[in-house]
Amino acid sequence: MTDSKYDEIMQLLCDRLSSLTNTHIEITPETNLISQLSIDSIKLLNLIMEVEDAFDISIPINALADVQTVRELVDLIYKIKTTAK
Amino acid sequence: MNLLEKLDAAAAARKALLPDGVGAFGIPIEEVYSATEARIGDRRVLLLGTNNYLGLTFAPECISAAHAAIDREGTGTTGSRMANGSYHGHRALEREFAEFYHCTSGIVFTTGYQANLGTISGLVGSGDTVLIDSDSHASIYDGCILSGADIVRFKHNDVADLEKRLRRLGDRVETTLVIAEGIYSMLGDQAPLADIVRLKKAYQCTLLLDEAHSLGVLGETGQGLVEKTGLLDEVDFITGTFSKSLCSIGGYCVSNHPQLEQLRYVSHPYIFTASPSPATIASTRAALELLRKGGHLRKQLWDNCTQLYERLKQSGYVVGPDPGPVIAAIVDTPQQALMLWRSLLEHNIYVNLILPPAAPEGKSLVRCSVNAAHTPEQMSYVGDVFSKLRDLVN
Ligand SMILES: Cc1ncc(COP(=O)(O)O)c(C=O)c1O
Repeated sequence: MTDSKYDEIMQLLCDRLSSLTNTHIEITPETNLISQLSIDSIKLLNLIMEVEDAFDISIPINALADVQTVRELVDLIYKIKTTAK
Repeated sequence: MNLLEKLDAAAAARKALLPDGVGAFGIPIEEVYSATEARIGDRRVLLLGTNNYLGLTFAPECISAAHAAIDREGTGTTGSRMANGSYHGHRALEREFAEFYHCTSGIVFTTGYQANLGTISGLVGSGDTVLIDSDSHASIYDGCILSGADIVRFKHNDVADLEKRLRRLGDRVETTLVIAEGIYSMLGDQAPLADIVRLKKAYQCTLLLDEAHSLGVLGETGQGLVEKTGLLDEVDFITGTFSKSLCSIGGYCVSNHPQLEQLRYVSHPYIFTASPSPATIASTRAALELLRKGGHLRKQLWDNCTQLYERLKQSGYVVGPDPGPVIAAIVDTPQQALMLWRSLLEHNIYVNLILPPAAPEGKSLVRCSVNAAHTPEQMSYVGDVFSKLRDLVN
């Protein structure tokens, strides 16, 4: 999956995550949102609302149960974006 | 990390927020003197952190009704409505709630938490959608999770944001439940119900309103925000609790949709739990009667709310957008909130301390709950102390 939409989502997410966390950890697709970036559940939920607006999609928060890494989050958003009408 | 080590890590995070064993959460209350006073340690404190909005915890009518029910029917029902039967009181209270809201159906649950869990998980399921306010109470979040429906949040009290999210759902709005609260428990602000109803009609979804904090508080007869706004007929399902203005334990859902009755057969939080005890039901019925006739209590309550809200504002505190029985001083850091909370206790005033992530937007809250039994003198004492402590939260 290297189409431009995927890359765009990855870029947006990495940008938002680095401004949310103020850490010096380099954010890669494998970075763990909770254990490495200490993103708490409320921050993650608010981030999801921003992403919904950025891509004009609905991301049910229950779908986040299986998401641990940045890549998994991007995969989820990509899947929703590309299957949305 | 094993399971116990995970709990240790959570405990360490909590202790980092609350140094040297401050018992801000679950503070021991040694004796309760009245609806407004109790003993904490060796202090006689003014209770400003309860949800006793109408001040009915010691109403003689409720106490004697509870005594009589214990004498007549014993201390507990020892089982669920489904398996062990519905007592006369359960059915009577359901009729009384339905009648109070001019609705055809009413169901009583064992707690307010379960009223939301049971109603939401009974109404929606996998493949359906719930659209909830981002400041929703945990019982709403948990009900949504239990239901298996897709959960989408909208920005707190933001109608344009809600509309955007409804639009994105497309055809799925038909099986979408929108959930809001009459009064929000953190900042005490009210839902923009007229606008939400307008969207509900435009998009033809279903609307549930939780009146937990607004029951007894808003509207001529105390129905809540539905009565204050004249929108009772536009809300599909109303839930609420007995644990605040009714001063007992339990919850309810009322509706004009006959399908509500089906919840008794599908909703686990209704089926698989013991029914409310006879004393609980009896005191709740007595309290509901007092609540309906309690125009004078609501007036006293609102006089107190306005007095304290204005006083805090004048003293330079940042408070929620609407005056009401929940008045939160919003401060920037947990340390400031803790200092203010502690100093209030040293002045014999007990309020609630709310830290992130429970408080919205990373802020911390020192939250007061005003009730109808507070005297104007008590309110001005509280106002004086807050004013004196203002510099703690600069
Ligand atoms: C908005 C809201 N809904 C539901 C509940 C749950 O009610 P209860 O505490 O009676 O179980 C509460 C209070 O805790 C609440 O604030």
